[in-house]
Amino acid sequence: MTEFARLPNGGVLPLAQLPRLGADRFRAAVLEAVSKSGARLSALFACPDAAQAHLLIAVLALDDQGMLAVTSCAVEHEYAALTPDCPQAQGFEREIAELWGIRPLGHPWLKPLRFQPPRGVPAAAARPAIGLAPFFTITGEEIHEVAVGPVHAGVIEPGHFRFQCHGETVYHLENSLGYQHRGVERALVGGPDARTIHYMETLAGDTTIGHATSYSRICEALGRNRVPARGQALRGVAQELERLANHIGDLGALAGDVGFLPTMSYCGRIRGDVLNLTAILCGNRFGRGLVRPGGCGCDIKAADVERLLDRLEQVRRDTASAVQLLFESPTARARFDDTGTLSAETCRELGLVGVAARACGLARDVRRDFPYGIFQFAQLPVCTWESGDVFARAYVRWMEIQQSLIFVREQLAALPEGDVRRAPAAGTLAPERLAAALTEGWRGEICHVAITDASGRFACYKLVDPSFHNWFGLAFAMRGQQISDFPICNKSFNLSYCGHDL
Amino acid sequence: MWSIIKARWRQGYRTAPYPARPPALPDRFRGRPELTAGAPAAAFVPAAAACPTGAFTASAGAPPALDLGLCLFCGACAAACPAAVNFTSEHRLAARHPENLRLTPGCKPPRAAPAENSLRRLFGRSLRLRQVCAGGCGACEADSNVLGVPTFDMGRFGIQFVASPRHADGLLVTGPVPENMRLALRKTYDAVPEPKVVIAVGACAIGGGPYRDHPEVHNGAAAVIPVDLFIPGCPPHPYTILDGLLRFLGRIP
Ligand code: SF4
Repeated sequence: MTEFARLPNGGVLPLAQLPRLGADRFRAAVLEAVSKSGARLSALFACPDAAQAHLLIAVLALDDQGMLAVTSCAVEHEYAALTPDCPQAQGFEREIAELWGIRPLGHPWLKPLRFQPPRGVPAAAARPAIGLAPFFTITGEEIHEVAVGPVHAGVIEPGHFRFQCHGETVYHLENSLGYQHRGVERALVGGPDARTIHYMETLAGDTTIGHATSYSRICEALGRNRVPARGQALRGVAQELERLANHIGDLGALAGDVGFLPTMSYCGRIRGDVLNLTAILCGNRFGRGLVRPGGCGCDIKAADVERLLDRLEQVRRDTASAVQLLFESPTARARFDDTGTLSAETCRELGLVGVAARACGLARDVRRDFPYGIFQFAQLPVCTWESGDVFARAYVRWMEIQQSLIFVREQLAALPEGDVRRAPAAGTLAPERLAAALTEGWRGEICHVAITDASGRFACYKLVDPSFHNWFGLAFAMRGQQISDFPICNKSFNLSYCGHDL
Repeated sequence: MWSIIKARWRQGYRTAPYPARPPALPDRFRGRPELTAGAPAAAFVPAAAACPTGAFTASAGAPPALDLGLCLFCGACAAACPAAVNFTSEHRLAARHPENLRLTPGCKPPRAAPAENSLRRLFGRSLRLRQVCAGGCGACEADSNVLGVPTFDMGRFGIQFVASPRHADGLLVTGPVPENMRLALRKTYDAVPEPKVVIAVGACAIGGGPYRDHPEVHNGAAAVIPVDLFIPGCPPHPYTILDGLLRFLGRIP
């Protein structure tokens, strides 16, 4: 594969070594890697280039080799879209068109992704009005359209859903997002600065640890900084606590959506109990301030290790009883089974990640395939289930809850001695490099790619939240379903709007 | 059936004895910061330089001040000047007016005053809120939503989140209000019947938080609709939110 430069997870590549292919060769190389070698498109983005107009950069994940493959090509105003032959590119190419005005020719559905102002234009000018773009429609007798959102009936983030229905049956669902767009990637250019870590911690607030870890690993790679063992272990603990809190909360929310109130109320509370464990570590329930470039922002006291272990045992017992109740309830099971089913094939084509992929039987997990930090030394088994339905997505969560509980307990019981952080010297990021880091957040693969300029500042910072891949999966899972099953299908994915909209 | 009853018995009674007793907060909880009285003005300058949002202002000439509404409670200021700034465990942070969010050396801002009598008569024992997330990251939303779980059980104070603005007495807004949410927020507000209240929860909804002055956002809810109560934090602790709501309703002194 001379068309690609290979780098490990958390690796750095001098920009001079980034392959620059012709547009045709770029397209052929990426398509071949995806279709023949099973590579996944972790990121595809455009970045302004000094010599040419823009550089189109593809970061592929080679799961079976545990390596990343990177390549690029220069584009001016248009290029032949990858999407017709590689559906996982659809969101990325819509973003490229929207941000930079580069047209991916032949893209089947080139409408704005986030309704964000194009880059390099004063923000107020030429901004598309949110949501105003044609939707895919079906016509025919008794076909009807259902529009939901942006403001939904619940304490959740805003987004618009458009269903094409015949009777109760949904034939097509289109997500129209962008309501949460706050300009995160634009603001990262020129960094890092005092705000950078706070963007990372709040770009998807329920994934504070996941994104802060990815960003810190980018800084460590570019700054040649090594995290002390204790810092690595604590980061792992924090990340699995984040997974526990969210998975437990999701099981409760799924129970609530089918009207099974006991598990809803117990899991809602237990989720808070787990957030409180993170607060013992750093004072904040979402882990703000816990992960910092070079390690962790705070150490754990010996007495707190004991407290955490005690409370973790309580969490384990409470969760087991609450979840058992849910899975034993025939009425809940009847709603979960065979609802919102995705095939492994669809899942592979759409490039889904995380729980959604593992629930289709695809053993994809960055912690195993691209081990980083503590996961190089402590492995967690990859939890999969074959059925691809709401039940599978719930059950994979339950299996992961059990694994994470074991992991956190083991790590806390054997924390390495020493410092938790080796603070980086200011302004020491290597210039003219590309760095890429994959992290397994609780929703799935988080991909960060940074490109530094001649003075070691971010010329470009690409963020890919797992939701970016998986929103399209939800749309497919709804095909042929009853519209009344949308809430549980949606909850079974539980995707981030702000992580998508940035 | 029996397994449900058994599990119910096992899970026990979990509602915290609040407000009768003070809430249990983590040891490392960063509550209201305090600027040391009598410290020389120059001592505060590095704190202001470390602040990511501009919440902390200090220069050689002007007296230092910290705007709780913009503060992320990240602790960078205290790390830069431990002698000039420290964090207390005070979780009661809500304010009715933005000027009451300004901290200066030695000052203790007043606790939030209750709503006017006419509103208290209507909402004091029953407040239905529609939550609108406008660019929020999910943390303020989660710490608001969690007030419904048995630990906090805000239902016992008559407070509840409802699905429709038509059924609501007011809005609880989170997030910096992106331009892409401005119209939706405005329409939701208009759909709430009069009289209505608006509560801004979190640094983003008060002043934009980490997204302050981004051209994509409006620096919080007050730019679009009138706000009656400000609850600082990133995110505020659930008890900070509950305290703010109960004070507003005149339910705790
Ligand atoms: S704690 Fe608040 S005032 Fe201090 S640096 Fe952080 S945001 Fe600024």
